[in-house]
Amino acid sequence: MTDISASSFVRQELVAERAAPAKTTGLIGFLRTRLFNSPGNILLTILGLLLAWYIVIPAVKFLLVDAVWVGKDRTACLAEKAGHEVGACWPYIQAKLTQLIYGFYPEAQRWRVNLSYALGAALLLPLLIPRLPAKGLNSGLFFLAFPVVAFFLLHGGGIAGLGVSWTAGLLQLFEQSIGGAGDLLVSLSKSSAIAPLFWVLGKLLVLAGLLIHWLIFPLTWLRDQLQVSSQPVWGDFLVTAVIVTAVLFVLGGGVRTGRSALIGSLLTFAGIAAGIKLMGLDRGGFPIVDTRLWGGLLVTLVIAITGIVASMPIGIALALGRRSSIPLIRIFSIAFIEFWRGVPLITVLFFATYMLPLFVPGNFAVDGLLRALIGVAIFTGAYMAEVIRGGLAAVARGQAEAASALGLSWWKTTSLIVLPQALRYVIPGIVNSFISLFKDTSLVSIVALFDLLGSLRASFSDPNWSTPTTAFTGFAFAGMIYFVFCFGMSRYSLFVENRLNAHRRH
Amino acid sequence: MSIAPRKPPLQFALRLKRALGGKTGWNGLAAQIAFAAILAWIAYEIVANARTNLETQHIASGFGFLNYNAGFDVNQSLIAYNNSDTYWRVFFVGLLNTILVSVIGIVFATVIGFIVALCRLSPNWLLSRIGGIYVEIVRNLPLLFQILFWYLAVLAALPAPRQSISVFSTFFLNNRGLVVPQPVTEPGLYPFMAALAVGIVAALGLRHYARRALFQHGRMIRIWPYVLGCLVGLPLVSMLIFGWPLKFELPQLKGFNFAGGARIIPEFVALTVALSTYTGAFIAEIVRAGVMSIHKGQMEAGSSLGLSRAATLRLIVVPQAMRVIVPPLTSQYLNLTKNSSLAVAIGYPDLVSVFAGTAVSQTGQAIEIIAMTMGVYLLLSLTTSALMSVYGWRINRSMAA
Repeated sequence: MTDISASSFVRQELVAERAAPAKTTGLIGFLRTRLFNSPGNILLTILGLLLAWYIVIPAVKFLLVDAVWVGKDRTACLAEKAGHEVGACWPYIQAKLTQLIYGFYPEAQRWRVNLSYALGAALLLPLLIPRLPAKGLNSGLFFLAFPVVAFFLLHGGGIAGLGVSWTAGLLQLFEQSIGGAGDLLVSLSKSSAIAPLFWVLGKLLVLAGLLIHWLIFPLTWLRDQLQVSSQPVWGDFLVTAVIVTAVLFVLGGGVRTGRSALIGSLLTFAGIAAGIKLMGLDRGGFPIVDTRLWGGLLVTLVIAITGIVASMPIGIALALGRRSSIPLIRIFSIAFIEFWRGVPLITVLFFATYMLPLFVPGNFAVDGLLRALIGVAIFTGAYMAEVIRGGLAAVARGQAEAASALGLSWWKTTSLIVLPQALRYVIPGIVNSFISLFKDTSLVSIVALFDLLGSLRASFSDPNWSTPTTAFTGFAFAGMIYFVFCFGMSRYSLFVENRLNAHRRH
Repeated sequence: MSIAPRKPPLQFALRLKRALGGKTGWNGLAAQIAFAAILAWIAYEIVANARTNLETQHIASGFGFLNYNAGFDVNQSLIAYNNSDTYWRVFFVGLLNTILVSVIGIVFATVIGFIVALCRLSPNWLLSRIGGIYVEIVRNLPLLFQILFWYLAVLAALPAPRQSISVFSTFFLNNRGLVVPQPVTEPGLYPFMAALAVGIVAALGLRHYARRALFQHGRMIRIWPYVLGCLVGLPLVSMLIFGWPLKFELPQLKGFNFAGGARIIPEFVALTVALSTYTGAFIAEIVRAGVMSIHKGQMEAGSSLGLSRAATLRLIVVPQAMRVIVPPLTSQYLNLTKNSSLAVAIGYPDLVSVFAGTAVSQTGQAIEIIAMTMGVYLLLSLTTSALMSVYGWRINRSMAA
């Protein structure tokens, strides 16, 4: 015992405590590590504080502290009347609010706009929440039914016929155009050097036109019979419903497997009938509100929603065309996409406003809003095509190969296997292009449409409200609307992206 | 029973099928013919309609109008222009103005973008937050909104010339624009430019020589004193001999406006500010993504090889980040150029504004003028994307090697 204790050293007193390490958590630790950890950083922090001070304080002062909240006209927002330095002039926004939201839409009819907003929101919100079921039905309603309903709600007016009349009218136009081309070629053949060729071609085209005329004769005859009957819309509706349902039933597999197609088609037509009845489309519908009276947020949203709805099919078609193995279709798709992506939107809008009316027959007076919509749809479609192409490229090649090994045709492979996966991959991309589309809608104010920004600009010229702070107030208000929409959508896109990448998270 | 191999199909027929219909064969050929017929029909409809419509509106088609007198004034022009010049000249005036605002916007946007990206990457919490808020606000507001904000709200709220905001008594900002000192050329300019050019060429040559010495013989040569001498010393010597290259004429307030100096129109100021702050936010995100895409191990490997932090950044991180940054950065530059067409909203005389705007309403030649305008932008973007694919191809090759 003693030997051991003599040969070994046992320390009797404790070692002095070391000072606790510098705190790296909590507010103090945060300040120490993220703001004041080095002289350089301290300088930067002070600079940042100064910057924030000089921006935040005046902004708050302008928007809230010095703001004028009530008033009848511009005098309320003048410094002499208010007795202090005047910030934002909110009575001006109150006075112009209806103009900024509805434009000059007649006051008695504004419930139609509100109803369209509500319908759109009711259909869009469930589509955006991933957990809710029935995405197929929901997107069908939003992308197909809603635009049509919204058109009749917002614009008003009724219909004179349905499927049969429209198809007959379209085919008749086609036949006339072919016949016209043939006549033109025959008449050209008198002066041309390769006259016989032209003559033969022209006669062939005339013959083709004649052939089409007789082929579609049953349809046009049916149309004429329906138009003179007492209930043209409902008669047409009935005939269309019977024909379409029968075709779908037969294509769906007849008695054995066609039942679901039959039920689906009948339900769809029941929905269409309900829509026609509710909006009274067979009796002229709602009073027509000319698109020149539309304005403000209404026009912004109409263009944005139409753009996204119309650009999806265009984009899908172009993206598939660009990956097609048929040379002509691929070349055409590439040229189309690159052309519209290569030019600025404003020239596209000029194209749609000044050139498009020249390209359609003279008796078609194209509505100003419709022209802009066409331009926006083509432009966004080209961008959407590139987004969707990215999604198509992300689908593993084995998927399509497995599908064709199972004997599915190209159409079935694409629509059942490849596209659903590709579209799921690119939801963030689609939302992002929707954000830029939403921002780009402001450009239509250059071609004399009054969207939110255009209405705002128009309201600046009102002498009743011209004060030094009017412009700043207007921009602050419109900026908040744009920011809420765009920022909300970009957060949503991030959310979807995280959800899609959930399996990759560490 | 012999198992003779099947005779191979005719090579010629296969090739023909492939050439005509692509991978899909005869079905593809049929689809192509149908598609071509539809396209031809649409083209025919467009041409026929356009012809009748133009006839009823009494507009002669063709490019002859380009030689007529324009008869309107343009408030900013880089080349001599007056209202008796032709539409050709209007076209070039607009094109030059577009190029001017794009180039200046690109320079400022790059500077802003890199500064904001540095802020966002900084370990300082406050600074990275400020950078983030800037990016979110600017990216989520429409560009046209921002242009109009600067033009209608900020610049219009500036004081009249007599109460101008002055910066060091050389720059004056008022509601008629920005008044800056006007450079006046002196006889010393040409020798100065020549000296500068010689200096740049010599510096590039030195760099080439030093790199060759390093890569082929492993010799490090310190060249920066000579480079500095070439770039600064030569022009200095020329200035000593021939005198100042430029003199700046300072603006003076005379009566209600400024005499002397050059006035930059407010439209140009608003457009440049809006374009560069907007594109700067996008560039900041691109730069940040590029730097963050470089694995942390690259930095660590660099320091384990004994390179200093600056050398690691310069030789290892930045070259790799540039590969990620350059393609989207170029497309942002292109976007800025295309977005400069929004000038039409505030009346800055760019290509779209004077040519596709004023000239169309004067002549009615919508098809020709809009086609020309679109052609200019299309040419620009196709050239850029061609250059970018060459760049991508070179990067791929160097990565593979």
